[in-house]
Amino acid sequence: MHKQALIPYLLLLGDSALIQGQRLCEWCGKAPALEEELALMNVGLDLVGQARNWLEYAAELLDDGRDADALAFRRDERAFRNLLLVEQPNGDFAVTMLKQFLYDAWHHAALEGLCASNDARIAGIAAKALKEVTYHLRRSGEWVQRLGDGTEQSRRRMLDAIPLLWRFTVELTAASDHEVQLAAAGVGADPALVGRRWQATVSALFASVELPLPQAASHFYLDGRQGLHTEHLGLLLAEMQFLPRAYPDATW
Amino acid sequence: MYAQLVETGVKRLKSLEEMSPEERAFQEKIDAEIKIEAKNWMPDAYRQTLIRQISQHAHSEIVGMLPEGNWVTRAPSLKRKLQLMAKIQDEAGHGLYLYSAMETLGADRDEEIAKLHSGKAKYSSIFNYPTLTWADMGAVGWLVDGAAIVNQVVLQRTSYGPYSRAMIRICKEESFHQRQGYELLLTMMRHGTQAQKDMVQDAINRLWWPSLMMFGPSDEHSPNSAQSMAWKIKRQTNDELRQRFIDQTVPQLELLGCTAPDPALKWNEARGHYDFGQIQWQEFYEVLKGNGPCNQERLAKRRNAIEGGAWVREAAVAYARKQQNKNAA
Repeated sequence: MHKQALIPYLLLLGDSALIQGQRLCEWCGKAPALEEELALMNVGLDLVGQARNWLEYAAELLDDGRDADALAFRRDERAFRNLLLVEQPNGDFAVTMLKQFLYDAWHHAALEGLCASNDARIAGIAAKALKEVTYHLRRSGEWVQRLGDGTEQSRRRMLDAIPLLWRFTVELTAASDHEVQLAAAGVGADPALVGRRWQATVSALFASVELPLPQAASHFYLDGRQGLHTEHLGLLLAEMQFLPRAYPDATW
Repeated sequence: MYAQLVETGVKRLKSLEEMSPEERAFQEKIDAEIKIEAKNWMPDAYRQTLIRQISQHAHSEIVGMLPEGNWVTRAPSLKRKLQLMAKIQDEAGHGLYLYSAMETLGADRDEEIAKLHSGKAKYSSIFNYPTLTWADMGAVGWLVDGAAIVNQVVLQRTSYGPYSRAMIRICKEESFHQRQGYELLLTMMRHGTQAQKDMVQDAINRLWWPSLMMFGPSDEHSPNSAQSMAWKIKRQTNDELRQRFIDQTVPQLELLGCTAPDPALKWNEARGHYDFGQIQWQEFYEVLKGNGPCNQERLAKRRNAIEGGAWVREAAVAYARKQQNKNAA
């Protein structure tokens, strides 16, 4: 049984999708065009839906009376396992789109690997999610290109966004022991392969519009996989969890 | 009802004898229930009235995303969050349908949106009310979308083809949202705590009257209605639609176990309708004029989104041009 290794892995997938979806919700009514209102909410909807699937599975394995909602709305930031990248503030549209692209490239590679999981439940969730994330990746990649090779101003904003987010990408090519273990057992995606695919996707897209590709990010003090987050997550959760926390006996 | 006060610019209806041959042919077509299409001749006032009405309707979808967007980051469960996100996404889609329908009349989307941002064009008064609790998400779905549907179901038969077809598509999605909104309230009333039940009643108290105002001024103060009805842009009067909405909503209110903030609300056996109290028209006109509780915030947010996003749109255009040049070379 890989249960003990599987739970934190499912939380990494579920929490990352949930927090990225939550950040996209913050764009409601503020997007630069109507088509983008629609697209941002559409991507967010896909991600929150995926988060629900991963968290439901995690809750079943935990088997401690908590359901997916309890995991989403009653855990503190030290118990969240999302990537540091996705909890970063939206910033301007360039930051949001670069963040989305860096995440999508990782997410896509991870899901491709997970489609072949010998855990049928994981393979099923991943196969459905992969269709959605294929669209996310195409869209966010196109925006990085448009902004990177658009006007002087949009290029400058994209260039400013890179160093802001790059340090967090160390988590996209890293893996925990349990991820390595799960991959060896054919349950999880191979983290080394995911890292290489991520690297290839990002460098090809950056090259296509001559964006400078930074050196591979090195160790960063914090670690989302261990619940060591930036200061941004606490505030995000305070807003997201307010109602279930304020009305603990309520039924919504 | 998302377009509640639309100028027709026509003071008096013309009789068929007074009309030019073109106008007369047009009116006869209308009377025969033949849809008007984009390339058909139409009186300029008909065209302008429709541009005003459809753009108001489109603007309402877009501004209407804001009161719900206010709670999308705070939805209390994954299911409710997904529902609200899907709803907001549909609203953006409805806005896009409607702007397209409007453009078949020769109007320009960006120009009409600029009119909204300068305060020249209107949107539904309902979206100038704040959403103060989670129960407002249910009340907006049930009452506000409910009022919109009563109006839009009739508009499926409106005389202008592209508008009528947009309404048919929009109504399907809108009915779904309305049921979800009602189910949200029903869940809180049947399975919730006392605090949740109080929250529901409070939301109804605040949104009841503003929802009734969505149908526009009463018929005696609705100078544009006669022409809109003759052109069959409107198919029923404001008061008829408002009465229909009340008649169908009161039983739903009772099923919830809630009350309306209207002591005069009472079934009238002789009329076969509910009687109801006096709408605060002063408040209605103030809100429409821009003096409601959220008018400033709503417009500021839309203006900021479009002005603040100009560099993004410019980048998209510049990039597309570069790609075109590359392909041509």
